[in-house]
Amino acid sequence: MSSLILPAVLNGLTMGAVYALIALGLTLIYGVLHIINFAHGSLLMLGLYAAYFLFSYLGIDPYLAIIFVVPAFFVLGYLLQRVVIAPMSAGSEQNVLLVTLALSLVIDNLALFFWTSNTRTVDIPYAWDTVEVLGAYLTKGRVIAFFAALLVAGLMWLFMTRTRTGSAIRAVAIEKRGAEIVGIDVNHTYALTFGIGTACVALAACLLLPTFYATPQVGYTFVLVAFTTVVMGGMGSLPGALVAGLALGVIEALGGLFLGESLGQIGIFVAFILTLLFRPAGLLGRKPT
Amino acid sequence: MLEITGIHAGYGQMAVLRGIDMRIGPGEIVALLGSNGVGKTTLNNVISGFIVPSAGEVRFDGERLTGRRPREIVAMGIAQVPEGRKVFPNLTVAENLELGAFRRAGARKRQNFDRICAIFPRLSERLEQLAGTLSGGEQQMLAIGRGLMSEPRLLILDEPSLGLSPLLVEEMFALVTRINAEGVAVLLVEQNVMQSLGVAGRAYVLEQGQLVMQGTAAEMLADPKLRQAYLGL
Ligand SMILES: Nc1ncnc2c1ncn2[C@@H]1O[C@H](COP(=O)(O)OP(=O)(O)OP(=O)(O)O)[C@@H](O)[C@H]1O
Ligand SMILES: [Mg+2]
Repeated sequence: MSSLILPAVLNGLTMGAVYALIALGLTLIYGVLHIINFAHGSLLMLGLYAAYFLFSYLGIDPYLAIIFVVPAFFVLGYLLQRVVIAPMSAGSEQNVLLVTLALSLVIDNLALFFWTSNTRTVDIPYAWDTVEVLGAYLTKGRVIAFFAALLVAGLMWLFMTRTRTGSAIRAVAIEKRGAEIVGIDVNHTYALTFGIGTACVALAACLLLPTFYATPQVGYTFVLVAFTTVVMGGMGSLPGALVAGLALGVIEALGGLFLGESLGQIGIFVAFILTLLFRPAGLLGRKPT
Repeated sequence: MLEITGIHAGYGQMAVLRGIDMRIGPGEIVALLGSNGVGKTTLNNVISGFIVPSAGEVRFDGERLTGRRPREIVAMGIAQVPEGRKVFPNLTVAENLELGAFRRAGARKRQNFDRICAIFPRLSERLEQLAGTLSGGEQQMLAIGRGLMSEPRLLILDEPSLGLSPLLVEEMFALVTRINAEGVAVLLVEQNVMQSLGVAGRAYVLEQGQLVMQGTAAEMLADPKLRQAYLGL
């Protein structure tokens, strides 16, 4: 049995890094715009299809597709916030919830209508190669996703803490009026943040596709875990999302090992409930002041 | 330099400012006095572009400010140190200062940063501290320092002495003189009448949305009405 634990943990980490990446976008949007983006899963689904179509029509490898899909989704996210979400919600936070929920329903159903519910996969054999890590055999595609997600989390951290725009985003997140007083364009900053969050989810999609699949409902699989990750990490905390995402990946893998594959996610929700009981502000969240 | 003519402004149906005419010349310190709720902050926010007046206009060096966005007004050289400071609590002192140069004077960020550290030694000792953990007085200093980072030509200070200990209040007024000596015009909104008139060249008194008195600081100090209404003498 113990020989199975290490591979399960490592596998869990690879999946957890993707959860973290998805949650990173979600928690960033929450932390800055103070909205829960219900369309996040739908955007992931769109990202998977974007990578899928680039592969099936143009033969572009999903890893290469990153350089097209991620910037395109950044622009998509920017425009969604600027053109759809902000004007339609008229500044009220309850409205924003409804708008993002509506967006997700519209996107999911359009996807179902145009692309049917068929499961789409790409055939990239090398992604299924195995790599030996500490004596465990892992899928190459997952290992790539793990390192790419960690790299992006690190870059995002640098961006947020070391750049002028990053400081402006953090400033807008907590002191909007002060930000306007120094001349920051708040609406632009909101849209930028939404764009970055959407770019994260698009990157996750490109990293997932080689070892996963696309269906119109695929977002739900991830979005529930992503919400759990965000809450568990502490709403709005980027390091929290990373830690919680990795932890949930491992918990899911161990749950799968001990309870059987299909019950793996039970572990996630048990961990979630325990976090809420003992650390309601999340692992790295600040207590509300 | 700043010309305010016939400003009417309010919130919804409620009129707060009812015909304000005011001017600030280059290099002046002008005090705007008045008790609570008369519309001082409202006037500041009209100047800074947060409130669009229902009538009248504000001009800065002849250019119309009315209808411009706050960030455009910052770029033109008007910085506001708002009521309640509005510093970024989750950012360090250094980051707060740097964001002061977000829209203007970005090229001289380094020099201005050093200059402001020299003016506020207390801040320069705490550059890596989160602004939210500063004392109220330190936050006020930070808000002023952040305003100065944009090299404003006009600095609007909204009740800078509020909540400061008497010693710090002294220091604050000395600071206003010092900033002004570097050529920055200052609009000083205050309830601290005596000390404001001590540093200001001219002053206006706002009452219920209208300017009821104006003149040089010396004239105001000698005015029996003002002495009675605001100093209880
Ligand atoms: N956002 C707002 N919505 C509605 N009314 C407001 C708003 N802001 C201010 N007021 C009202 O406008 C009037 C003037 O307020 P303002 O803040 O300009 O006063 P002030 O002179 O700055 O007072 P203080 O010295 O207490 O800061 C007050 O009666 C206030 O209640
Ligand atoms: Mg006020």
